[in-house]
Amino acid sequence: MADRLFVQGNEAVAWGAVSAGCEAFFGYPITPQNEITEWFAREFPRMGRVFLQSQSETGSINMLHGAAACGVRAMTSTSGPGWGLMQEGMSNLANAELPCVVVLVQRGGPGAGTTRHAQMDYASATHGGGAGGYRNIVLAPASVQELHDFMPLAFHLADKYRNPVVVLSDAILGQMAEPLERKQLEFEPLPPKDWAVLGKAHHADGKRRGISIGQGFIPNPDFPTYLSFIDHLDKKTKQMRQDEVRFEALNVESARLILVAYGSMARACQGAMEMARAEGLDVGMLRPITLWPFPSQAIRRNIREGVQFLVVEDSLGQMVEDVETAVGERAPVHFLGMLARHEPREMGMIFPDRILEKIKEICRK
Amino acid sequence: MNGESREGLALFGGVLGVPPKALKSPLPASRERGDTGGERTSDHMQRQLVAGRPDAWMRLEFNPIPTCPGCQEPTATRAVLDVLEEMGMEGEAILVPGVGCHSLIPFMLDLDHVMSAHGRPPDLASAIKRVLGRGAADRALPLVFTLQGDGDCIAIGAGSLVNAAARSENITVLMLNNVNYGTTGGQMSPTTPLGHATSTTPGGRTPDYGYPVRVPEMLATFQGVAYAARGAVNTPANYQKTRAYIKKAFQTQMAGRGLSMVEVLCSCPPDWHMTPLNSLKWIEAHIIPQFPLGEFKGP
Repeated sequence: MADRLFVQGNEAVAWGAVSAGCEAFFGYPITPQNEITEWFAREFPRMGRVFLQSQSETGSINMLHGAAACGVRAMTSTSGPGWGLMQEGMSNLANAELPCVVVLVQRGGPGAGTTRHAQMDYASATHGGGAGGYRNIVLAPASVQELHDFMPLAFHLADKYRNPVVVLSDAILGQMAEPLERKQLEFEPLPPKDWAVLGKAHHADGKRRGISIGQGFIPNPDFPTYLSFIDHLDKKTKQMRQDEVRFEALNVESARLILVAYGSMARACQGAMEMARAEGLDVGMLRPITLWPFPSQAIRRNIREGVQFLVVEDSLGQMVEDVETAVGERAPVHFLGMLARHEPREMGMIFPDRILEKIKEICRK
Repeated sequence: MNGESREGLALFGGVLGVPPKALKSPLPASRERGDTGGERTSDHMQRQLVAGRPDAWMRLEFNPIPTCPGCQEPTATRAVLDVLEEMGMEGEAILVPGVGCHSLIPFMLDLDHVMSAHGRPPDLASAIKRVLGRGAADRALPLVFTLQGDGDCIAIGAGSLVNAAARSENITVLMLNNVNYGTTGGQMSPTTPLGHATSTTPGGRTPDYGYPVRVPEMLATFQGVAYAARGAVNTPANYQKTRAYIKKAFQTQMAGRGLSMVEVLCSCPPDWHMTPLNSLKWIEAHIIPQFPLGEFKGP
């Protein structure tokens, strides 16, 4: 096995899915995720696994629903406009309690926006855009290696909670190439999927299996009433909040200014932090890895006398609201967004030196 | 309305907070066992059992037939179960219902099932068939079929149906056509015949509201569709023909020939504001002339 590859982020997603034992992929063409769909179209049939190009992202998410109901690991990938179409499906998957993974390679919005990079789907990925009352874990990789490693993690968490998981990539991560070490990741064992639909004759107990998007609506032995189902979802949500928060903290212990960023902007912030520290500025960084559940506690733990926060996001400000909620009135929260790009066109980027400029502006005050 | 019927309604109202397990069956114990032959029940005239329920129709503690009096969706479903029983395929069948009155039926059936979003059963069924059939060379099993209404199938779900047909998915689509949105109170659907009154075409559908869609005829033009037929269950003769169509559709799937589809005309007395008997006459006189019965594509 070629253990080391030099690949694009979008291809790393596919290698990660293969190492997780993903058996089925459903996708619809949309930039900037096309390399993912094309990889599966090329490789999956000869591995004896299922690739199917759908008629729309609505089709993709519902095909995913069917495959997940059979108990296999299955996924789709998309970008902003397709993600919009998938919202109904996400809500249904949450009700049906079906584990699956959606990779969302963000581009600029709203509407068709631009096919270039942006981080403008944070809000809909973390807070849900479908019919209300559901939650899903959102993982935010910040390198090609993490795009690979977070796929098995995403499948594991999906199976553990019987809930969809979103891997939130973006056009920069998806298109950039970095070295990738392919490895098999180990996780705690999971119970068998004895709820999977296979045809009644294929169950050891000889009893039928049913998967429904109407849990709580149509009574079943597990949930005889609506509130008994809602209570179950609430317990699951609380468990995820308690056990699944992930983040990376760099130099936060003594920092006077803490940068908060995820995905590609975390890479820019890391550069800015190093430049600032080389100039003697006490700057740290907190990188949420799970955007939901959000590492609010980790942020609160670092609120000290004189500490300030700077949120850097390639949007007009979405995650910053979660940081503000976590911090409250106890410390200033600054924001640097997509209007700070180096040029006003869609290919403009927020570079580390622009972030450093903002850091100095805050520290001078 | 007698006491048992009222209890039956309350049981169906389990959604309102009463755990179904806490309630007893609305049926007399003798009927629970399925042997009513010649026996006098407490509140009905003497009944004779002429045909039992198919085994796959479960004897659940709550209302065994969750639809309105005179609804023919259970009648059409029964034809499906008859065929499955005849073919010995209950254990290999996977049912994918959409959203509508028919969504409630699979919970009464002893079959594996996956309930879909509104209009999306062909998407789910395509994936289920491809995932579970991937090991088998002939990809005949499992027997995957959808159960959809007319709104589910050809209004909100038109894109899913048409593309599954184009991809020649090896699944069977069953469309129960009651020519309106039954669950929501009888609004116009794409298959509402001209002249038929609904709550959104109060004076009867006119060409101003467009023309009814004929689904099997349309699907018959697809290269990927192997079988397309329309039946009705308003008379015993039509029931038998419909049953034969469903069997041919399932056989088409098991032979791996591509998508098969059967439309079944069903009455919807409450939303048509007719008695069950008049609904059957209405089907014969006004619906069948606009929706001819028969096979439009087949082996």
